[in-house]
Amino acid sequence: MTAILNPHAAPSVGPERSEGVWAAAWRRYRADRVGVLSLIIVVMFTVLIAASALDLVAKDWQKEVGVPNAPPTFLGPAPPEATGVIEQPKGPNVDISAIDPLAPKYAEWAERAKAYATPDTIKAETLPLGGDRLGRDVLSKAIKGTEISVFVGVLAALVATFLGTLLGALSGYLGGKVGDFFEWLYNVFEAVPGILLIFAFAAVFGRGIGTVVLILGLTGWTGLYRQVRAEFMKHRSREYVRSAEAIGASQVARMFKHILPNISHVILVRMGLLVVGFIKSEVILSYLGLGVGIDDVSWGTMLSEAQAELILGYWWQLVSATAFMCVFVTAFSLMADAARDALDPKLRGLE
Amino acid sequence: MLAYLIRRLWQMVPTLLGVVLLVFVLFKYFGGDPAEILGGLNATPEQIDAIRQQLGLNEPAWFQFWIFIKSIATFDFGKSWATNEAVSNLFATRLPATLTVMLPILILDVLLALPIAMWVAYRRGSLTDRAIMVVTTVALSISFLVYIIVGQYVFGFLLGWFPVQGWTDSAWRNLIIYAPLPVLLAVMVGVSPQTRLYRSFFLDELGQDYVRTARAKGLTENKVLFKHVMRNAMIPIITNIGLALPSVFIGSFLIETFFSIPGLGREVLLAVNRSDYPVIQAITVYLAMLTMVINLVTDVMYKAIDPRVVLK
Repeated sequence: MTAILNPHAAPSVGPERSEGVWAAAWRRYRADRVGVLSLIIVVMFTVLIAASALDLVAKDWQKEVGVPNAPPTFLGPAPPEATGVIEQPKGPNVDISAIDPLAPKYAEWAERAKAYATPDTIKAETLPLGGDRLGRDVLSKAIKGTEISVFVGVLAALVATFLGTLLGALSGYLGGKVGDFFEWLYNVFEAVPGILLIFAFAAVFGRGIGTVVLILGLTGWTGLYRQVRAEFMKHRSREYVRSAEAIGASQVARMFKHILPNISHVILVRMGLLVVGFIKSEVILSYLGLGVGIDDVSWGTMLSEAQAELILGYWWQLVSATAFMCVFVTAFSLMADAARDALDPKLRGLE
Repeated sequence: MLAYLIRRLWQMVPTLLGVVLLVFVLFKYFGGDPAEILGGLNATPEQIDAIRQQLGLNEPAWFQFWIFIKSIATFDFGKSWATNEAVSNLFATRLPATLTVMLPILILDVLLALPIAMWVAYRRGSLTDRAIMVVTTVALSISFLVYIIVGQYVFGFLLGWFPVQGWTDSAWRNLIIYAPLPVLLAVMVGVSPQTRLYRSFFLDELGQDYVRTARAKGLTENKVLFKHVMRNAMIPIITNIGLALPSVFIGSFLIETFFSIPGLGREVLLAVNRSDYPVIQAITVYLAMLTMVINLVTDVMYKAIDPRVVLK
């Protein structure tokens, strides 16, 4: 006993200590060149999103800084439209001040108007990535839209992960009546096709960013629940959990302090897949008008504006929104794939 | 077999009851007041009261639940609040349009994805395999919306190969004139995830011992692939098709909205926008039933494909 408690004993952490699951995963991850590249892209996007959230960039996305439908800079300004000139009436202007009841006040009003300086805004002929129908900068909109879309996707994934993990842990660890109840709940949610469930929730809860997060989170937890439940069933009778029980760890401690860290990599991988799925769902919901409100911009609202613009030949908003989304989602999926392969090779092939 | 079917059907009862309960609770406690939605903006309090009386909203909750169950069991959800059309009639008239578009999509998806997936799985690690995996990853990350917007613009508007949108009463004309463009676009989108999924199924099977045995006893590659691997890979593939089937019945609401196809998906979306509760409730409950039946049929089909499967 004294030997164990001896503070001068050599520390057990030595070179022979095998590397932990995270260190091993990181080593495997670094070897994956595609994974590293996609990680860098995702980090760059994260910085951009943080800057946008802190109002460092794209703060003025709602300002009408350009002429309507301003083309991208590399295309040059739009050729002036050949407008038919309205023929000026010939002959002198008819003086109607004798019968105009407002005539005496014109001078006074002109005097008063001088007190207010109206800034002469010069609208830009071209914008870096073009302008939308109101002359708003598409680049700013795309950055702000990235912030909102990714934010919704990540937050909804967090809600779904929390729900799935909690219910899965309870169901898998406790089993019995509790397990049966959650299995029943799972079957109920699985019985309704996903998109219909989202619509039913949307019909009831209304619109807005918070609502989208809630709807996606409340309808998307089932896959994660299933996996967490299976993991908890597998782990609950392992030796380390029995040992924890023997030294008097409570049930909650055993579930969330002992088992949960051991399956956290499974949850993380699943969450990555959820983020991608939810971002895509948000885009479609916003397009349909069930997503973010009109005061916000997301990739979905940009695409819905772009549809009408495309017919008129203004393709830049469509291309910008698509390019931002394509790069981010591709990088994020590849990163999630690489993380899955690094963390748990058994999950390979999971879509 | 019969005992199995009866037991499975019996097991559906609690799940179905759960779906009904979920829909009921969702719309009763979280949704807006039906009387106010029905009454409109200019309704007087007396009118609202009259509507409440008529809908049974003044009854206790358990009685309202009982009314709800009765309406499901008798297939009588009453009339749509927005158009006053009977909900059953709405289903009957919208379903054909949805099926005209969705069935070809489902069939073409499978027919295209199967050979591609088998080919790339067989050539695992080759340039073709990697190229297809990269292409599908990128294709998957572009929103379905973009495919439809661009496809409609390019094929319908610029090139004029297909009508931009439209629908007629003649099923045949719909199928050969108006359905091809939506089908083409949906298949372009659907093939990528299907291919990736089927590829992983084929890869699983190709690594099995029986494949090596079949090759060792001198079977041709064609026989190995089409007779042995194919049949074994069919089980997960059938599961997957079974999972996709229920969504065929609501159709792709995006496609139907874009191409103005008078199908069920568009109707659901309209109902959501109009707060048309009876339509949403009916379609949710019936689709849940359908999903469960399809799952059962899928399970029974396993037996036909794989004699080792024991239904219990």
